[in-house]
Amino acid sequence: MSNRILAATRKGLFSIERGKSRWTVKKVHFLGDNATMVLPDPRDGSVYVALGHGHFGVKLHRLRAGARKWDEIATPALPARPEGTPPRMDPMGRPIPDTVQLVWALEAADPARPGTLWCGTIPGGLFRSEDAGASWELNRGLWDHPKRLEWVGGGADYPGIHSVCVDPRDARRVAVGVSTGGVWLTTDGGISWTISSHGLRADYMPPEQANDPYFQDVHRLVQSPGQPAEWWIQHHNGVFRSTNDAALWEELQIPPSSFGFAVVAHPRDSGTAWFVPGMSDQRRVPVDGRVVVTRTRDGGRSFEVLTKGLPQRQAYDITYRHGLDIDASGDRLAFGTTTGSLWVTEDQGDSWKAVSEHLPPIYCVRFVEGG
Amino acid sequence: MPTVQFTDNIQRHVPCPPTQVQGTTVREVLDAVFADNPRARGYVLDEQGALRKHMAIFLDGRMILDRTSLSDAVQPDAKVYVMQALSGG
Repeated sequence: MSNRILAATRKGLFSIERGKSRWTVKKVHFLGDNATMVLPDPRDGSVYVALGHGHFGVKLHRLRAGARKWDEIATPALPARPEGTPPRMDPMGRPIPDTVQLVWALEAADPARPGTLWCGTIPGGLFRSEDAGASWELNRGLWDHPKRLEWVGGGADYPGIHSVCVDPRDARRVAVGVSTGGVWLTTDGGISWTISSHGLRADYMPPEQANDPYFQDVHRLVQSPGQPAEWWIQHHNGVFRSTNDAALWEELQIPPSSFGFAVVAHPRDSGTAWFVPGMSDQRRVPVDGRVVVTRTRDGGRSFEVLTKGLPQRQAYDITYRHGLDIDASGDRLAFGTTTGSLWVTEDQGDSWKAVSEHLPPIYCVRFVEGG
Repeated sequence: MPTVQFTDNIQRHVPCPPTQVQGTTVREVLDAVFADNPRARGYVLDEQGALRKHMAIFLDGRMILDRTSLSDAVQPDAKVYVMQALSGG
């Protein structure tokens, strides 16, 4: 049961702890700075945070277990273009920048090897570190894949990797979610990659391309930890589930809306997942001004709309793709929103309590395990 | 020798005291500064060595023209200011 939450926000990294009966903000790190991603690493107790300084670029910092001072570590860097070669163009005819714009995913790469990390970026880079972020290597298998140049920006100008799922059965099996560019899977530790988006549907494409696996705008990709053949996607225009290792995806209709960004799966129970829906891609606000969380316990055959403790009138909170998390017990969930609200449940979503409704815009919420 | 001074706002992240270094172009001058302060490089230049998009360098009162190669000529008594680019608002 986790008693600590880290929230990466537009104005710093917030540490929230559970007291005897309630959760409160205990500390703010990097106050005023734009924290875009955080990883509390359960393997060695380190915390990694990505900062996006508007003027000074993207930076990564690490706080070792027990340390009081953060260390700035290396930032993933894209390779230089050979002299005289023109910039690569995206499918819309715009040059793809040779610089990292945003760290959008940070994950432990191998549970058995502390210090190994995966990092996903905009524009579309996947990086690996073997030394706790002291150095990074671009994954050339994915970067050099000819289909990578067909990825396009979704809400951002350029495409990015926001989800990195390391298979609990074998750390060499890794799937990444791309917005936009579908789901990509490697079974050899990143040497070779194949598309794994069959069954996804993109309403925003012409009918002939709607089912093209390469054009899918995956908002968030998660693998069920206790049932690793089961996967969930919150997609730009729907929710999808796979029960065969992402080989084929099946669309689900969820109330009150299938639009959203975030999804989490229960750590053990098959078929159990949570979503934070918004109205639609055209209106990114809660349906009817009511903040809700939607839960299924039967693999998407039925859904419950959870509202107890959440505002049910004139609320305009939206939860981004990394803004919802579940702890290792499976009982505690937390989600943060673009308008600075953070809610926690200790009963799998049956009831919620506000930690704060006055935080900066929240990008990423993560439970700290063992801390 | 040219004098190089940095915006106050960078100091919170990485100390960059005023300094005097050798160099006849902006690139040479900055390379000399970053040789002694390597962490500052990534705050001013991107990974391809170009001036970051929202940074500005003033050379004797005018903004440099070449933000990619940093080839603007620097006089021996020049004053180089590394600043944030403000865009209103």
